[in-house]
Amino acid sequence: MKRIFRFSLVTTAVCLVLSCNNTAKVESASTENPTTAGQSAVQDSESAKDVVKVAAGSKDHTTLVAAIKQAELVDALSNAGPFTVFAPTNEAFDKLPKGTVEDLMKPENKEKLKDILQYHVYVGGLSTTLLQDGQTLNEVNGQNITIQKSADGKITINGKAHIVASVPASNGIVHIIDEVLLPPAK
Amino acid sequence: MSVPTKLLSTITLAAATAAALFSCKPKGAETAISGDAASKVYVAPGKYDEFYDFVSGGFNGQMSVYGIPSGRLLKIIPVFSQFPENGWGFSEETKPMLNTSHGMVPWDDLHHIALSETNGEHDGRWVFANGNNTPRIARIDLKTFRTAEIIEIPNSAGNHSSPFITPNSEYVVAGTRFSIPLDNQNGDVPINTYKQNFKGTVSFIHIDPTSGNMNIAFQIRTPGVNFDLARAGKKVSNGWMFFSCYNSEQANTLLEVNASAKDKDFIMAVNWKKAEEYLKAGKGKTEAVKYAHNVYDDNKHQATSTIENSVTVLDPKDCPDMLYFIPCPKSPHGCDTDPTGEYIVGSGKLAAIIPVFSFTKIQKAIADKAFDGDYEGIPVIKYEAALQGEVQKPGLGPLHTEFDNDGNAYTSMFVSSEIVKWRVKDQKVLDRVPTYYSVGHLSVMGGPTAKPYGKYMIAYNKITKDRYLPTGPELAQSAQLYDISGDKMKMILDFPTVGEPHYAEALPASMISKNSVKIFKIENNQSPYASKGEGTTKVERKGNEVHVYMTAIRSHFTPDNIEGVKMGDVVYFHVTNLEQDWDVPHGFAVKGSNNAEILIMPGETQTYKWTPDRVGIFPMYCTDFCSALHQEMQGYVRVSPAGANVPLVWGTNKNPLTGATGGASGANQ
Repeated sequence: MKRIFRFSLVTTAVCLVLSCNNTAKVESASTENPTTAGQSAVQDSESAKDVVKVAAGSKDHTTLVAAIKQAELVDALSNAGPFTVFAPTNEAFDKLPKGTVEDLMKPENKEKLKDILQYHVYVGGLSTTLLQDGQTLNEVNGQNITIQKSADGKITINGKAHIVASVPASNGIVHIIDEVLLPPAK
Repeated sequence: MSVPTKLLSTITLAAATAAALFSCKPKGAETAISGDAASKVYVAPGKYDEFYDFVSGGFNGQMSVYGIPSGRLLKIIPVFSQFPENGWGFSEETKPMLNTSHGMVPWDDLHHIALSETNGEHDGRWVFANGNNTPRIARIDLKTFRTAEIIEIPNSAGNHSSPFITPNSEYVVAGTRFSIPLDNQNGDVPINTYKQNFKGTVSFIHIDPTSGNMNIAFQIRTPGVNFDLARAGKKVSNGWMFFSCYNSEQANTLLEVNASAKDKDFIMAVNWKKAEEYLKAGKGKTEAVKYAHNVYDDNKHQATSTIENSVTVLDPKDCPDMLYFIPCPKSPHGCDTDPTGEYIVGSGKLAAIIPVFSFTKIQKAIADKAFDGDYEGIPVIKYEAALQGEVQKPGLGPLHTEFDNDGNAYTSMFVSSEIVKWRVKDQKVLDRVPTYYSVGHLSVMGGPTAKPYGKYMIAYNKITKDRYLPTGPELAQSAQLYDISGDKMKMILDFPTVGEPHYAEALPASMISKNSVKIFKIENNQSPYASKGEGTTKVERKGNEVHVYMTAIRSHFTPDNIEGVKMGDVVYFHVTNLEQDWDVPHGFAVKGSNNAEILIMPGETQTYKWTPDRVGIFPMYCTDFCSALHQEMQGYVRVSPAGANVPLVWGTNKNPLTGATGGASGANQ
């Protein structure tokens, strides 16, 4: 675990995700075009990192972060939330059948990618203490996940994915998991 | 009841004449506005204004902050009044800030703004403001945009001539508008003994150059008059302070008439460097007084109020060459020094001219003893000896003068509702523009400093009438923005302001925007009532006091269920906002509380006092829309009869009585 999850100050990745538009410039009677960048473009080095910045700061979540960008969820996840994000590692994505991720990243599959990613997000800030055995949580995509909690406090989602670490964020919490959660067929 | 026909027709005729006289609307904004005005004040969505404008709130006791040139209201900073927007003066931590020697004063009248300066130029550290009614001076920290300190001024009443600042922020001054018997005298005297018993004071409040903390360095005892406004000398006149004063007649009733009897009142020139020497030489006398000094600590998240008991007074009788009076026509109001420091402009509000005094000539007059006798022992300099020149026919009712960096002055004219631009060196009128209506203060960007920025000027008007959509008898106060970059002043914006702005000062946004604090670091929170995590939350009983050490984070309180509170208890909710995210405050309120609400910034602890008045279940909730589950951010307090045996229990997501996990309700009597 120590080997994989480093959430230290890897800020370059954050900059990559958020570099879209630097607006914090003082203008006089500016008549230029209005700013259209969303909440993720807010310049703020004082606050704690939000869930997107936490993920972007991890070397082991580059697939997830790329997918969040592709699905255009960066601004939404920079919102006040709060969010509980189940964040599969790169290794978790690698467990999917070969070609799955590449396929999901295609523009024509954006909605499908969105659905899968939103299945990993709950609106509410749930630390592991607040997660309970047998609990079902209705995720952002509208479908449920089920929580299993063992006597020693270890948490499994949908009977398969394990929470291997949890990182608090300014707008919620990121639970790192070792499997991608696949929404049940609708 | 019959009206004679002749009289009736006369009246009708008169009415018709009046209608004819006023039927054509005077020149309005439609014609006064230039074609490219809109583009000059348009700040596109998401873009920033060029200047922060700090505007006094007058009778609302607060200070408001606008962006210029857009005129957008950015913030109201509570200073001398309780503020329902954020709990200022309602939370236990902020109540001491409004303490005075008279007890808590929940609402005062804030008139003037003074931005801190270094070498006569803005430095963007603090902004000072005066409390006019119960004399006080406040310091606002421009990193947090919050009131950091308030000091009461003894021996003063109507702290109007305040808080004008010296070029290196050594002092802000406070001159009493109403002379009164001094605090250590018997004040139980007939009012008409003004001449014998009433005295004036001007106070010099020292500012610590590092912390900004204020202390009253000394007061100067003066004859009983009304001090109105003031300005520090700068550059050549650095070391001097000039106060306008009226009522040299020393009237105590119907001042409207009785204080306007003389042709001239005074500008009082104070050599404060000399005063410092006298102070060092031990000429100051300690007098017994009583005043409050309130300081807010951003780490403890708490204010303390200390009552001070003495002040050092310099009496001009013991301190020659420290004070001089300069005659100034007709009850002077504004008293303004130009950027060079050489010229002092007195605005006699009833005068037909504006006198411009020369600092060099004043010094020569003092050296030559060109005096016209004295006023209660203070030498009166001959008017002509001090005078550089007069602005002839400037307009009606001159009040205040500000300056640009090109040698021009701008004077507001209350009665003729206009601003007049004139050249300082020859006092020649160059231009005039109407204001809508009855302008009071005006503000040129950087106007009172040694290096004005110019570019814009704002008129703060006293009368609004038809400028905006009507809103009943009470209207917002109108302000007009002018482009002064060319020879002619051009109105480019008309915007409503809150309270009643008196003075305002603006500075370039870049001087302070980069320093603005976004959150309070939770690790720096030294409040004795803080819970720095949900694990340290608790409820404690101390006699009939119940202390709830509570946390708030999106989207729940810990604890959110509390039982065991009884009638007769006083409950203190110490709420710590655990958020470390910019612009995510939480609010807190309990049903039936007589103490309104509080708002808690990220990382801050604030305390809400509640005395339950009946048995029952009392919901509490977050009042600031914080998150998607803001509506879920709520809880309950159970209040039982006095003497009930309900134990004091609490929790979140567990039954407080059984400890069982889960939010679904169980049997619980």
